[in-house]
Amino acid sequence: MLKDITLGQYFPGTTLAHRLDPRTKLLAVVCYIVAVFNCHSVWGYGAAVLTLIVSARVSKVGAKALLRGLRPVLFIIAFTAVLNLFYTPGEVVWTWWVLKVTRQGAYTALAMVARITLLITGTFLLTYTTSPIRLTDGLESLLAPLKKLRVPVHELAMMMSIALRFIPTLIEETDKIMSAQKARGADFESGGLVRRAKALIPLLVPLFVSAFRRADELATAMECRCYHGGEGRTKLRVLRFAARDYAVLAFYLALAAGIIVWD
Amino acid sequence: MEEIITVENLTHTYSAGTPFERSAVEGMSLAVRRGELLGLIGHTGSGKSTLIQHLNGLLKPTGGRVLFHGADIWAEPKKLRDVRFRVGLVFQYPEYQLFEETVYKDVAFGPTNMGLAGGELDRRVRDAARFAGLDEGLLDKSPFALSGGQKRRAAIAGVIAMEPEVLVLDEPSAGLDPRGREELLEHIRAYHRERGNTVVLVSHSMEEIARYADRIVVLAHGKTLMSGTPREVFSHARELTRAGLDVPQATRIAMELQKRGLPVDPAVYTVEELADALLALKRGGAV
Repeated sequence: MLKDITLGQYFPGTTLAHRLDPRTKLLAVVCYIVAVFNCHSVWGYGAAVLTLIVSARVSKVGAKALLRGLRPVLFIIAFTAVLNLFYTPGEVVWTWWVLKVTRQGAYTALAMVARITLLITGTFLLTYTTSPIRLTDGLESLLAPLKKLRVPVHELAMMMSIALRFIPTLIEETDKIMSAQKARGADFESGGLVRRAKALIPLLVPLFVSAFRRADELATAMECRCYHGGEGRTKLRVLRFAARDYAVLAFYLALAAGIIVWD
Repeated sequence: MEEIITVENLTHTYSAGTPFERSAVEGMSLAVRRGELLGLIGHTGSGKSTLIQHLNGLLKPTGGRVLFHGADIWAEPKKLRDVRFRVGLVFQYPEYQLFEETVYKDVAFGPTNMGLAGGELDRRVRDAARFAGLDEGLLDKSPFALSGGQKRRAAIAGVIAMEPEVLVLDEPSAGLDPRGREELLEHIRAYHRERGNTVVLVSHSMEEIARYADRIVVLAHGKTLMSGTPREVFSHARELTRAGLDVPQATRIAMELQKRGLPVDPAVYTVEELADALLALKRGGAV
């Protein structure tokens, strides 16, 4: 059941989208978000949806996988839709008891749903096609100018990649400990709140113990290999823009600019 | 002999419907008989660990059935917890599941979940500690203050304390030094003999299985390759090698000696047996 978490899940592949420089994809997503937030007409949204479909097609990510990413935020989407639907002032088109639906409200609700959906599926497309390591590499390189302001960019990126690297390990570990305690009759699924919270102790104590042990081992292993932060450190895979990166970037910039200017 | 657990045509697929789909067990069948010490052996990835998690209902079969005393354990999911108390499962590296303040409380976790308390609980904890070879003096210590081998025993005691009809151990000796290995396995054998309970010992070490098991089931690529007494199984040395497994060293030496014309029975499978056979030969004047 824990394996269902898709947050930041990477699907390995060799499509154009997988081969793009992570910086390109990060910037493209930023452009896309800007574009989506500046959509006002059907044409704007149409262009954004079309771009998403083409991008998903190119990266060979199925509609099912993309929509699965929406599941955790379904509630937020529904909530914003309802709020906008009933609480936007304007021309009333339908009333029932204390609820009033306005024309403007209906439009805003629809637009908000479209925006959040596009935003999230667009971002998921990035994490589906980019491995966590490349993603943090890209982020580190994009944020490099902040080093001048004494922001510890490398350390932050390192922390992020370690955290990402250990998410699957910890999930697996949780699964294992859970099974082991269930084999001794632990019950994680029934009872009231207090009982359930108490039932987690046999799971959390071993999990923390092993997380600390892993952290300790990792620190030792890194020190053994003379890790001392980002200074003077070179990369195994140096990020380089290729022609395809410029092309994709140009397309997304044009999309954002086009929507801001005309829509 | 009566079959206590029957696995019929078991199939299990992980992450079905995603790009990570993978079958760990495919059409596996085997039986665990009452009172035996069954050795399950297979190469890494043969489906051993997946199989044993089906024996107490931790995993639900994708296909096939698991019967406990002749009844499908998934027929009534509410009774699964009861099955887990009766089929005790010790995972690989079980020391990582210790969590209580004292070893005593940790060993008592299982029986307490069964609803036991008082004198019966105390008796079970102390009995289990003895069977697992854990000093009484250690019961009041924190499990995190124990050595690796002691932690392992504490964790095994935690399952034995439930007094399960079937005790399943997944690689109980992994990562221990040779002496710790032998001590632990001797304790398990003593438990088996004294209680007469069924024990399933999972291992990838032929030596270990050959020495301790009454009967062996060999798994390969998610299926049952063969089963029988150690003598029967090790007489199929070539098939075992093809499945990526080895015959015990003693058997290999005996086979080589036989090939060179010495009248040694190649079906010996422990060092002691081989030594006896060779001594008999020497006394008989064949060498």
